[in-house]
Amino acid sequence: MSELTELTIKEAARLLRLRSISAADLVTAHVDRIQQLDRRVKAFLRFTPELWDKQADQADKRIKDGDPGPLVGIPMAVKDVLCVRGVETTAGSQILRGFKPPYTGTAMSRLFEAGAVMLGVTNCDEFAMGSSTENSGYHPTHNPWDLDRVPGGSSGGSAAAVAAGEAMIALGTDTGGSIRQPAALCGVVGMKPTYGRVSRYGLIAFASSLDQIGPFARCVDDAAITLAAMAGHDPLDATSSDRVGRDVLNNYGEGVEGMRLGVPREYYDVQGIESGVKAAIDQAIKSLRDAGAEIVDVSLPHTDYGLAAYYIIAPAECSSNLARFDGVRYGMFTEDAENITEAYMRTRRKGFGTEVRRRVMLGTYALSSGYYDAYYLKAQKVRTLIKRDFDEAFQKCDAIVSATSPTVAFPIGSKTQDPLSMYLCDVLTLGGNLAGLPGISVPCGMSEGLPVGLQVLAPQWGENVALRVARTYEESSGVKAEVAPLD
Amino acid sequence: MPLSKDEVRHVAMLARLSLEPGDEEFYAEQLSGILAHIDRLQQLDTESIPPTAQVVEVANTLREDVPRPGLTQADALANAPAAVDGFFRVPSIQEEA
Repeated sequence: MSELTELTIKEAARLLRLRSISAADLVTAHVDRIQQLDRRVKAFLRFTPELWDKQADQADKRIKDGDPGPLVGIPMAVKDVLCVRGVETTAGSQILRGFKPPYTGTAMSRLFEAGAVMLGVTNCDEFAMGSSTENSGYHPTHNPWDLDRVPGGSSGGSAAAVAAGEAMIALGTDTGGSIRQPAALCGVVGMKPTYGRVSRYGLIAFASSLDQIGPFARCVDDAAITLAAMAGHDPLDATSSDRVGRDVLNNYGEGVEGMRLGVPREYYDVQGIESGVKAAIDQAIKSLRDAGAEIVDVSLPHTDYGLAAYYIIAPAECSSNLARFDGVRYGMFTEDAENITEAYMRTRRKGFGTEVRRRVMLGTYALSSGYYDAYYLKAQKVRTLIKRDFDEAFQKCDAIVSATSPTVAFPIGSKTQDPLSMYLCDVLTLGGNLAGLPGISVPCGMSEGLPVGLQVLAPQWGENVALRVARTYEESSGVKAEVAPLD
Repeated sequence: MPLSKDEVRHVAMLARLSLEPGDEEFYAEQLSGILAHIDRLQQLDTESIPPTAQVVEVANTLREDVPRPGLTQADALANAPAAVDGFFRVPSIQEEA
């Protein structure tokens, strides 16, 4: 029943309602697909058979009782930074090997309540730091469109699982592009909500002022349904907004007729953008114009400073957040240390991988006495300038469109020796995090046989606007996310 | 400006990361490369620009000061590499007098 692994949520829900299939059938089809393919893709780190049995069983009971919820019985994968009680969660790091969270994060519990069925835990860059999933403390993940290439990152396992038909939807986190960039590179839809839209309770923190949880799916509707189910205020996250979660769907079915879409020249001509990516974006812009949108030039003049500001703020927050990994309350511990400082130092040296140590060092340096004003405070001021750039651009347009990533998926190993070249993968996405904006990446064709993603950014709380543009594009262009032809 | 090995040792101590052979050179080179890119921030005049620490609209979220359930002791200790008598076990914290 391999076609069951190509369904969208709406199609699956219809078949479930008709009793043509059961939630258990849906799980079995995905587990079969995983068994057949995941040795090559390596999207998953762990599986949760005890959960999928129980949750599929509950879903079938709910369907029998007439529950019309769209997510009942939908198979879902969860990134390894999101806590589910009793399920080993390691943030892709050896330092957390064996850690079983004592509670379930809010986004996950809301999706479970909505009826989603968890298949397993997906691979990612260690502590979500990276753009290729090569920084995983376990193994790299392979792009389902070309197994010699990266799936992007940091949520590369989730993107690859959805692209490979191993899960219908997946959860990721996005701190500088970690949902949108792998979605682009794997040819699926990925959305980062407005900062504060989804509770971060139960998300293992990387950079707390930037992190957001969001969905991966194979169509815009599925991403919207998944986001709506987890959005909304949570008293357990003081930064979560009290806006109504379902607002993300307001007017979202309407087209783009009369909307103004801004094309920032700094993004359009960003350094290193591949000609094939540019051609696909040109085509997408044309398609949106044909659908009735007005295309306007806008400018984000501080784009060239975004990466620099981000690579102070994110490492600074990471160095603070990761101080808790000391080998005392959870995770790895080094035996035979003379004293507690030595125990901390040896545990952290051994447990953290190269990129995490690099960022902890960078962040600690930027926050250290004598350098705080020159680096951290300066970066926060530049963050203000970047946010103002977006505020001004949104005076002239309703949403911003650009490429998600300047390049298509790159070969495994090609950027690991040069951290700056890897960081540049996020140059078009991290502005959205610095300004707290919602952004979505939607497939917009291929270049050199590999997927290209179109990014739509909207003003804060404008998820409905971003979704509306993405959905109109999907509908009018006829470009749909497809399951990668792996068989 | 490039990082010296002394600075690397100081920052590693602050970050509680032990240094293994080759680490000092590695961090000095790599962090200097990244900082060279970051130094472009100094080109911008930000004298009159306020810093942004976070971008959300909410501020000082408060709740009623009423007890609510927390982790049980068993849950809290379940992931500890070493626990003794309901405590986390760690190496000695104070030097012997």
